[in-house]
Amino acid sequence: MNPFNYETEQLLDVAHQVRRDIVRMVHAVNSGHPGGSLGCTELLVALYFKQMTHNPEFNMNGEGEDLFFLSNGHISPVWYSVLARAGYFDPKELSTFRKLDSRLQGHPTTHEGLPGIRIASGSLGQGPSVAIGAAQVKKLNNDDKLVYVLTGDGELEEGQVWEAAMYAAHHKVDNIIWAVDYNGQQIDGPVDAVMSLGNLRLKFESFGWKVLHCENGNDFAQLLPTLEEAKSLTGQGLPVVILMNTQMGFGVDFMMGSHKWHGVAPNDAQLEQALVQLKETLNDY
Amino acid sequence: MKDFPYSESKDTRSGFGAGLLELGRTNPNVVALCADLVGSLKMGDFIKEFPERFFQVGIAEANMIGLAAGMTIGGKIPFTGTFANFSTGRVYDQIRQSVAYSGKNVKICASHAGLTLGEDGATHQILEDIGMMKMLPHMTVINPCDFNQTKAATIAIAEYEGPVYLRFGRPVVPNFTPADQKFEIGKALMLNEGKDVTILATGHLVWKAILAGKILAEQGIDAEIINIHTIKPLDSEAILASVRKTGCVVTAEEHNYLGGLGESVARVLAQELPTPQEFVAVNDTFGESGTPDQLMEKYGLNETSIVDAVKRAISRKK
Repeated sequence: MNPFNYETEQLLDVAHQVRRDIVRMVHAVNSGHPGGSLGCTELLVALYFKQMTHNPEFNMNGEGEDLFFLSNGHISPVWYSVLARAGYFDPKELSTFRKLDSRLQGHPTTHEGLPGIRIASGSLGQGPSVAIGAAQVKKLNNDDKLVYVLTGDGELEEGQVWEAAMYAAHHKVDNIIWAVDYNGQQIDGPVDAVMSLGNLRLKFESFGWKVLHCENGNDFAQLLPTLEEAKSLTGQGLPVVILMNTQMGFGVDFMMGSHKWHGVAPNDAQLEQALVQLKETLNDY
Repeated sequence: MKDFPYSESKDTRSGFGAGLLELGRTNPNVVALCADLVGSLKMGDFIKEFPERFFQVGIAEANMIGLAAGMTIGGKIPFTGTFANFSTGRVYDQIRQSVAYSGKNVKICASHAGLTLGEDGATHQILEDIGMMKMLPHMTVINPCDFNQTKAATIAIAEYEGPVYLRFGRPVVPNFTPADQKFEIGKALMLNEGKDVTILATGHLVWKAILAGKILAEQGIDAEIINIHTIKPLDSEAILASVRKTGCVVTAEEHNYLGGLGESVARVLAQELPTPQEFVAVNDTFGESGTPDQLMEKYGLNETSIVDAVKRAISRKK
């Protein structure tokens, strides 16, 4: 059971605030990754405020809980905001993001003891392996909860993710849901220009995964049923992946759909321009 | 010079296999992973008895390290098994981020380390692994010397909470350490007390140091021999106590002299007690195909090299 179990209207409110948090955090230190963070806001809000069974009184082993792993660790701002807004730590701490002595490192880590984080990520391609290992231990421990992992799409250029994909199918790890942030952008440009992924659906299917497609991962009306469907497909011998179309920078008009905001912070004027588009719903930190 | 009797020679990797089997029986949280080398790693007995706690990963070492890191979440103690080369250099970034930086309780168990892997040649003979692993914060690095000690070390690292690199090898070597000797991580073992020189040896070079000690004794040189099975954390106290007495030191290891035991010792001595030191180690080069004995001789990792190094060290004493 999710501790919030919010309706869509409440989820939208949280998403607005999370987006405000993201642009303010990144602006404050003039560094960080707003594009992917904004694009994955709906997914993380849906997971933590609707979908997952989880306990903000954090414990590392997470027995009896669904677990979430962020493999594309550079979108830490969205995760930090969602964790704070879900009660894992005080939202005031968001103001320490990327500053000296902060628990909110540029990329997520267990090293500083931030509640909600179970593995360091940032060097890409490692999250699916970690998540699959955690999922197998859930089975060993007779824990029927699920493991979620998010990767980018450019991240799929790393070979390790395909080692993990092969392994999960071979070992019938059917308690995992892997979401791919399919925004088509990476640092050097469109994924198709940098290193095309070909037919991702066929790739995953041929690796033995059940593949779902979410046409618009920035729309709760499409995302929530997809997550429900993914959950209903677990326990049937196949790992499940969701190819989730999103727009990098979603919610801030001048950032949307471009790789240029992958890892660039807004300046003062751009921050103002962004914030007028994002309603303050839960009080700024 | 003390005598070190033994009844048989065995490979250290079999000590790992025996230790893993015992852990299977005594610690239900221990799980094992292997990247298509279960025979070489001697994991067969564990797999036979505990098939549900074994995970075959195939030839995908990066995935294996990530899986192991994930398996600690939920309370398991994963032991990964492959050759030392594929346990370290191939997966350095996975170990760095998902294991060491994340502080995960993963035991990276690495066989066929060093030149004694033999005929497969330099692609498989890693001589840099100790250096890579000891540079990682939070990582413990252990290189036991014989079957009994490898078995004891395997059991001991399950009791310790944190990432460990356990390095062992392929050839049979005299199994001389007592079967009931408890393994204490980070505690050097005095093998022979002496006054003229301190020989600090690790792994397969421990037996070579004993052979060298006998030769030196015949020549009237009284060598203190210490088994440094744990390279990190290093037992600085034991090393300094010995060197204060002898005034010179020889380190011996099946590893590049860059990044190995010798450099760890040199750092301690440079800070605390500057002392003449000689290195028995590979001279910053790759290995090649050959029998283990041929390679150890060609690359200067046998008792003769240790004897020569001892004489150089003694000659440098003020």
